[in-house]
Amino acid sequence: MHNKTAHELHSLLVNKEISSVELTENIFARIDKVESKVQAFVNLTKEEALKQAKAADERIKNNTNISPLTGIPIAIKDNMCTKGILTTCSSKILANYLPPYNATIVEKINAAGAVMLGKTNMDEFAMGSSTENSAMHPTLNPWNIGTVPGGSSGGSAAAVAAGEAPLATGSDTGGSIRQPASFCGVVGLKPTYGRVSRYGLVAFASSLDQIGPLTKDVTDSAILLNIISGHDPKDSTSANQPVPDFTKSLIDDVKGMKIGYIKELLGQGIDPAVKDAVSAAMKKYEELGAKLIEVSMPSFEYAVATYYLIAPAEASSNLARFDGVKFGHRSKETKDLLSMYNNTRREGFGNEVKRRIMIGTYALSAGYYDAYYLKALKVRTLIKRDFEKAFEKCSVLISPTAPSVAFKIGEKSADPLSMYLSDIATIPVNLAGLPAISLPCGFANNLPVGLQIIGQAYDESSLLQAAFTYEQNTDWHIMKATV
Amino acid sequence: MSITKHDVEHVAKLARLGLSEEEKELFTKQLSDILEFADSLKKLDTKDVPPTSHAVPIKNVLREDKFIAFNDPEAILANGPDTDKHMFRVPKIME
Repeated sequence: MHNKTAHELHSLLVNKEISSVELTENIFARIDKVESKVQAFVNLTKEEALKQAKAADERIKNNTNISPLTGIPIAIKDNMCTKGILTTCSSKILANYLPPYNATIVEKINAAGAVMLGKTNMDEFAMGSSTENSAMHPTLNPWNIGTVPGGSSGGSAAAVAAGEAPLATGSDTGGSIRQPASFCGVVGLKPTYGRVSRYGLVAFASSLDQIGPLTKDVTDSAILLNIISGHDPKDSTSANQPVPDFTKSLIDDVKGMKIGYIKELLGQGIDPAVKDAVSAAMKKYEELGAKLIEVSMPSFEYAVATYYLIAPAEASSNLARFDGVKFGHRSKETKDLLSMYNNTRREGFGNEVKRRIMIGTYALSAGYYDAYYLKALKVRTLIKRDFEKAFEKCSVLISPTAPSVAFKIGEKSADPLSMYLSDIATIPVNLAGLPAISLPCGFANNLPVGLQIIGQAYDESSLLQAAFTYEQNTDWHIMKATV
Repeated sequence: MSITKHDVEHVAKLARLGLSEEEKELFTKQLSDILEFADSLKKLDTKDVPPTSHAVPIKNVLREDKFIAFNDPEAILANGPDTDKHMFRVPKIME
């Protein structure tokens, strides 16, 4: 049961071959079995889940208001607010935070009748690429527990890969859905900026953050995207754009489709075994009738540096709210207001969060604003222009999702810069606000390799069609981690 | 660009981050490395390039200035580290 996709489970539920309560019990039994090894969750909400499952069974019994998610278990990343249920961002500073409201996506998932299993582990405040920056505990990759699951949505990706959840949500600021999806051999989709409401998502870098699905296959990705998309008056940056039915794009056909491959992401700095897997995927697309076109993105060389100025600058402003006044941790050493701020933030934040607040504050400070922050915003324009040029002749672009497969635990944690470089292929997409998906395309050293497909703004449909076609004609998505 | 321990102390003060001596040493080294990496951007000529603060065009979104009561104020106050009736208590601000 734990290997089934959400759309397969939906058929079993509506045909009354299984109840949601049975399914939920079944998934919790799987969690009991493997969670001590994987540690994907920071909080399990079984009691609440069984109540939701019972309510879903009523809906199915009465044949009222059944959605593709009704009765389906789902895991939620712990930076999305859940009313009355701990939302910690895997940070000490929010260890006791009980949101007084639900994030919009949580409202939508609840309204669809899904069953929330619990909250998943992440790099603290979504800052990291390995989930080692969690203040709670690390999460381990179900394919090899000596390696990281990627990050920051490492808990969500590992939960799906280990059969602990058929579906999960993630958030992606510089690759935090796609890179863990790649490392864990699952499908991760970052929608166009603004496609999904960020209301109730604890903000990291507001011009880059976007919520999206982590799933076992492309069909489930389209199904969950259908549920969570749409304009939200509570998020002034959410896009007032029509939302198509994304499942209509699940068409097994790329004949004549123009697919650009990014030259700079198949060269230096990319593991040869990863390159081989992606080259084989390109060949597959050609066999299936697509037209492969080489595109060049000279600005990509500068994307990581650009990102590590812009994202920390926005974070330094967003994280100013954690001051020990209205919620979260407050230091006991508070002789005056200033010492309360200083000590609360010293005790509450981990090292990576402190580092990024410092970089961001520096880049925005008097005397350095033009040289760093403003310069980065200008390079962001160049990156955006490179994409625009490529999309003049292609409908989608492809590249590896990450330059390597999952790395060893502890391998990069002492050297922040080497960790940052593992996001080289995903970061440009966030800077340009585009949608992109990662799906399994092979193995290197017995660890999954991810293929990234990038689309034009609001055109998730083309990338879903390209991804679905590849999936239908390969077997990578069927292979399961044996944890 | 290399930064000094003094720079780290200044930025920590601006960011209201108390740092230990060891953290100051560590961050001086790490922030120098990261900013040196960021200096690669200086190679690019961006004289006539406008900045992009948002990838997709976004305008100010206005709504009617209307009072909407929050349905569960107690749940907000329950998160306060130190509250008094409907207020959050903070340490003394001035002598």
